[in-house]
Amino acid sequence: MTLTFALIAVLLIAAVAGFLGRSRARAVRDGARLNSLPIYHGAYGFLWALVPALLFLAIWSPLQGRLIEDAVLSTPQGQALPAFDMARDAITSEAYEIATGQREAGFNPESTALAPVYQQFINRYGGIGGGFAILLALAGAAWGLTRVRANFRARAGVERWLMGLLIAASMIAILTTLGIVLSLLFETLRFFSMVPASEFLFGTQWSPQMALRADQAGSSGAFGSIPLFWGTIFIGAIIAMIVAIPLGLMSAIFLTQYAPAKVRSVMKPLLEILAGVPTVVYGYFAALTVAPAVRDFGLSLGIPASSESALAAGLVMGIMIIPFVSSMADDSIAAVPQAMRDGSLAMGATRSETIRKVVLPAALPGVVGGVLLAVSRAIGETMIVVMAAGLAANLTANPFDSVTTVTVQIVQLLTGDQEFDSPKTLAAFALGLALFVITLILNLIALTVVRRYREAYE
Amino acid sequence: MTKEKQPITTNSSVPFPSTAVAAEAAQDDAGIAKEDTAWTQAPEPTPHAADVVTERADAPELDTDRTPKMIADKVSVFYGEKQALRDVSIQVHDDKVTAFIGPSGCGKSTFLRCLNRMNDTIAGARVTGHIELDGEDINSPDMDVVQLRARVGMVFQKPNPFPKSIYENVAYGPRIHGLAEGKADMDAIVEKSLRRAGLWDEVKDRLQESGTALSGGQQQRLCIARAIAVDPEVILMDEPCSALDPIATAKIEELIHELRGRYAIAIVTHNMQQAARVSQRTAFFHLGELIEYGKTKDIFTNPREQRTQDYITGRYG
Repeated sequence: MTLTFALIAVLLIAAVAGFLGRSRARAVRDGARLNSLPIYHGAYGFLWALVPALLFLAIWSPLQGRLIEDAVLSTPQGQALPAFDMARDAITSEAYEIATGQREAGFNPESTALAPVYQQFINRYGGIGGGFAILLALAGAAWGLTRVRANFRARAGVERWLMGLLIAASMIAILTTLGIVLSLLFETLRFFSMVPASEFLFGTQWSPQMALRADQAGSSGAFGSIPLFWGTIFIGAIIAMIVAIPLGLMSAIFLTQYAPAKVRSVMKPLLEILAGVPTVVYGYFAALTVAPAVRDFGLSLGIPASSESALAAGLVMGIMIIPFVSSMADDSIAAVPQAMRDGSLAMGATRSETIRKVVLPAALPGVVGGVLLAVSRAIGETMIVVMAAGLAANLTANPFDSVTTVTVQIVQLLTGDQEFDSPKTLAAFALGLALFVITLILNLIALTVVRRYREAYE
Repeated sequence: MTKEKQPITTNSSVPFPSTAVAAEAAQDDAGIAKEDTAWTQAPEPTPHAADVVTERADAPELDTDRTPKMIADKVSVFYGEKQALRDVSIQVHDDKVTAFIGPSGCGKSTFLRCLNRMNDTIAGARVTGHIELDGEDINSPDMDVVQLRARVGMVFQKPNPFPKSIYENVAYGPRIHGLAEGKADMDAIVEKSLRRAGLWDEVKDRLQESGTALSGGQQQRLCIARAIAVDPEVILMDEPCSALDPIATAKIEELIHELRGRYAIAIVTHNMQQAARVSQRTAFFHLGELIEYGKTKDIFTNPREQRTQDYITGRYG
């Protein structure tokens, strides 16, 4: 009996429990006035039958694989397998696939022999797990159905179940984040056991290529991340923001303060389309159109310019970020009460004076929030910089020069074949963690700024 | 502030509570008693309200000896297709408080907003007719609306201090209009304005605190100080006390009384006792029309129009 079968059975039991609960409640209603509508009695039985059994299956199914594997390995056939991890894994996974019918025959002869053993344990543990899930569902259904009485508060019971489900849903996002952070953290610690943290944090040389042979040049690799973070900030937080903040803010001001309703209803969706353009499209726009133009411009000024420049990537990224800045600013400007504007206009201030001196200061928290959101979006952005910014880890302030960013390097480190215990690969996790921490700090600063400068106007 | 029941001498049986302020106001009016008589002896109005209004607005016997600060002549306001105000003619005098009363939606606030062209800020609003400030047409292309609003200040229904410090709230207007030369000058303007608004003693030690942290009544006086700071000639008040408690209201009323004489004041109010207490001229609006305009005393004790009588005695509205 497989878990799929158990799952279907649980769903059926729950559905039946729901219908029975409702019809029983209807029968009761003929005699007495119900506390809850029949549908709630049905839902109560349904949830009791469904949720515990589903939870059990969710926990059991990953566990079952481990149990089966352990059991197989402890049999005489299992003991006979080669001790080397990779060879053994190849055989066991083939045997598993044969046992579950995903494959006709194995490449390794041992696997065909092992398949019946797998089959046996799959059936055993599937039976245990599936059977228990079905028992849980039946018990839940019985519990729900025996509660059906006129004065039973099924409505409140359903409410508690729903609250529990909502809490569970919100916890999934939080726990996932926590899991990601922890995995980054452990890989980073492994990296720091190979490369000193001080070199990573303060070194100005970045060349992670590990030599294959000891006598090759640059055999040690250099893991100073300063040039990467400089490149990231140069492109994402400086050049892109020089483009995005004024343009985004001004378009938000135009849309909220000057544009007639008709113009606004056309322009705002158009601006939001900009946020929907896939970043890879921006990427080739940056690499094929903007970058050559920027290089030619730089050369015409007599500045050394490379074909992949910080400026090209930053400009295009700035354009990409405009909708973020603009829509956050738009919301917070629109939230400034009309009374505030009237007060300023009635003092004889012009429209632009009113905006500069009253509306923008009052909307500042939202605007700052939008800008910081845009910055963290920009420094995490990958595609544009991969295509347009280049790979050379230069520590330069010349915007026509090529720089590289953290995200570009992570892509470089993790694409293609890698071994997961070399510093080269693990460096990607350290970079990822550092990027995460920076974004976190940005958000904290944003919150503090917002709180400090929040000017209550109600 | 002592509440003293002191009915104004009247030939009508309509009683209304009065305060020392109103009593004093009544004495002020006594100086022009002659013209009072002239007004009360005016011919009986024709039944058509609009005609009556026109006749009275132009009536030479009302305030003959001075030129009105602001003259509104046949002002109509449209919001899109809807007409909110029909042919309103009124004068605002620089040494008097003019109260606009009437039921909700009667157009009194709309009319007030015409006087400093705040209706310009409402999309779809259209104003016709003629409004003069010291003989200048405020709707003419030559009139700079920014200058107009500096000369005709406004205080709103809900206190709306800017989310800035108390000092900056008052300094806002002088700063935009360049009225102060240097810090000392600005300090003087701020102090003078806050003193005139009766707020100085309460806030002088915390000028850098946010204006929004003050109580409702203090906020409203701050808004009055802000309006005063640019040295306007007229102050428009749109139900300045409707969001305030009785004590704060009493303070604002006292303040209005003190400001009278220095500025021409027009006040919209729902509170008829308030109109009676603070104003010398009252205009009664109903359904977008000006029904009756005259001396406050006359409006409240001897209204010529049945509708005015009904409204001030609380029969409707």
